[in-house]
Amino acid sequence: MPTAALERKNLRVGLLGFLAAAAMLGLGYAAVPLYQLFCQVTGFAGTTQRATEDDADLAARMAQSAGAKTVSIRFDASTSHDMPWLFRPEQVTETVQIGERDMAFFVARNNSTKPITGNATFNVEPEQTGQYFNKIQCFCFTEQTLQPGQEVRMPVLFYIDPAILDDPNAKDVEQITLSYTFHRKPEPAS
Amino acid sequence: MATTAEGFQAHTEDEHHDADHKPGFFARWFMSTNHKDIGTLYLIFAIFAGIIGGAISGVMRAELAEPGIQILTQAWPLGAGEAGFDAALHHWNVLITAHGLIMVFFMVMPAMIGGFGNWFVPLMIGAPDMAFPRMNNISFWLTAVGFVSLMISTIMPGAAAGAGAGTGWTVYAPLATYGHDGPAVDFAIFSLHLAGAGSILGATNFITTIFNMRAPGMTLHKMPLFVWSVLITAFLLLLALPVLAAAITMLLTDRNFGTTFFDPAGGGDPVLYQHLFWFFGHPEVYIMILPGFGMISQIVATFSRKPVFGYLGMAYAMVAIGVVGFVVWAHHMYTVGLDVNTKMYFTAATMVIAVPTGVKIFSWIATMWGGSLEFKSPMVWALGFIFLFTVGGVTGVYLANGGVDDVVHDTYFVVAHFHYVLSMGAVFSLFAGFYYWFPKMSGRMHSELLAHIHFWGFFIGVNVIFFPQHFLGWQGMPRRYPDYTAGYAYWNEISSIGYAIMAVSMLVFFANLAYAFIAGKRAAPNYWGEGATTLEWTLSSPPPYHQFETLPVIEESQGYHDHRPVAATPATS
Repeated sequence: MPTAALERKNLRVGLLGFLAAAAMLGLGYAAVPLYQLFCQVTGFAGTTQRATEDDADLAARMAQSAGAKTVSIRFDASTSHDMPWLFRPEQVTETVQIGERDMAFFVARNNSTKPITGNATFNVEPEQTGQYFNKIQCFCFTEQTLQPGQEVRMPVLFYIDPAILDDPNAKDVEQITLSYTFHRKPEPAS
Repeated sequence: MATTAEGFQAHTEDEHHDADHKPGFFARWFMSTNHKDIGTLYLIFAIFAGIIGGAISGVMRAELAEPGIQILTQAWPLGAGEAGFDAALHHWNVLITAHGLIMVFFMVMPAMIGGFGNWFVPLMIGAPDMAFPRMNNISFWLTAVGFVSLMISTIMPGAAAGAGAGTGWTVYAPLATYGHDGPAVDFAIFSLHLAGAGSILGATNFITTIFNMRAPGMTLHKMPLFVWSVLITAFLLLLALPVLAAAITMLLTDRNFGTTFFDPAGGGDPVLYQHLFWFFGHPEVYIMILPGFGMISQIVATFSRKPVFGYLGMAYAMVAIGVVGFVVWAHHMYTVGLDVNTKMYFTAATMVIAVPTGVKIFSWIATMWGGSLEFKSPMVWALGFIFLFTVGGVTGVYLANGGVDDVVHDTYFVVAHFHYVLSMGAVFSLFAGFYYWFPKMSGRMHSELLAHIHFWGFFIGVNVIFFPQHFLGWQGMPRRYPDYTAGYAYWNEISSIGYAIMAVSMLVFFANLAYAFIAGKRAAPNYWGEGATTLEWTLSSPPPYHQFETLPVIEESQGYHDHRPVAATPATS
């Protein structure tokens, strides 16, 4: 029979074990915000960046001093499986100067008979260019609501950070694809 | 050595003549708190689950024997008539999912950790039982109920195309979220929760037992390597399984309660699920193989009649594998779009694991070098393990390369790789351990002849199954499909023939079990002789119901390799 001292010792080690397991469970959940933060900060997985007008002015001045290299931007639009919208880019490709602001338009039409709210997710390919792809304005920053049959043109104002030219993994990229997917916002349970 | 093993045994039994008093049948097997009985339950459970998981792979090999869909046209659950094409594909997915989950969670893990771990960790460290005997019982029944939940999931409505969870053992979102409307995936997730909870409880129990209940004088650096391997495995379980629990709980709330952890519509990311899953999944593959490493070390030393070569290196190689195993997970997901630098890191880190693994392989060879080798049944299985695990390890180093993996990701090359390390590595070590300890557990000797026939049949069978799958993979045959173009027919047919050879050898295994129980000779306390030096060999076969009520003592003069009791009065020289 185990002595009382051994039982106490066992209980202590056992509880420490459970604490370790509980901590790992917590870490599993903590991974959700941490992963999001990590992607936003590093542009990991093609996560694009948000910028202000001031950032854009600075970038444009830097680009002028760096020379006028251009890059082709491809626009891609899709909808998730339960989204009855027509969604397409107005022009499929565009050539932009690195550092210069550019505005592209996407067109969305609600083909259903109900008003539908959606939000757009986005990323870029190649993924290592995500950290240099800066959006000043984007329809993806907010939710969009379309009435039945309504069609809208939606703008995105962006620029490519000239720092891309200093990144050995990204400077040779000739075309960047900017992709959006519209998801239907779940309707609140009535 | 004045006190023989038998004398030591008799002495302890004299003092405690009620050591063999056993409770009645129901109390003994359903409310068991005895580590040996629980170990036996785990082993029986693992064999049962292994039969089901193995039969499922038989159905899969039969379907893949030739191009086209032959067997899956039957609707599932059986008896519902003909199935359509989509249903046939879904049935296939259900089969591969069940095969993977059963073999990982309900065959290999219960056998290695629950079975041999429960049986031999207390015996080898000289403890009377586990630290928390009742919790041990809960661990087993949680695992068993988890298995029931998984079985129920196969007949619950799954996807639109049919019953069952067809998500693969990885249960990736979004296939596992809005790809499967029915409750089948919920049952599968619940099954993983239960099995995971059982394993976490078991892991805590092992850690506590090994830290607190070693016999006097048995320092950590004198522990048998099998105990080391279970200790490290327990830590991996404790740190990895909760992450899986978190991931599948998020999956569950995504499915049922409107959260969007992995749903981009609400700002989630399905790739996050893959990160979480493989943060668990990669340590999991070491959880499945480390106790095997431990058993192989005991067996190779026993049948070489030598202490294992490089004991400390062997122990800390396992520690290193366990630690590095936590920082290589993304090599399972090279194709999700990792950038070049990330891939370089994961490639390098993964290859680093080959170093401690190489230390182990070479130390086993060095243990045999110059030894007095005896090719008894456990030893041939151990040799088969060393050879086949090395083959799987080499393809592992090869797949570690992000650039190579881009080409063969999700092809049969990967299937061949992980079956070489698991279906041959882990399973060969299980059979090696089984033949090594079966007479100790049952008190009956098995037939060496049948064990050798089993070995050769199984060895040839599994190689014929899986070696051609390397070729299929390089030819581009993808995983997870029941059908293929005629170009892949040749090697697939050979692979299916290999399954038949393997299946026949398993009949020999069961015949051997029957032989042992009907006509097997009674096993002596130490039936392997001079080379078997750990504490379990100082006890009768089977050991008394309660052992070591007087704790054995490991003397200062005794090393890691010999725990047999030394003479009470030192011999004068």
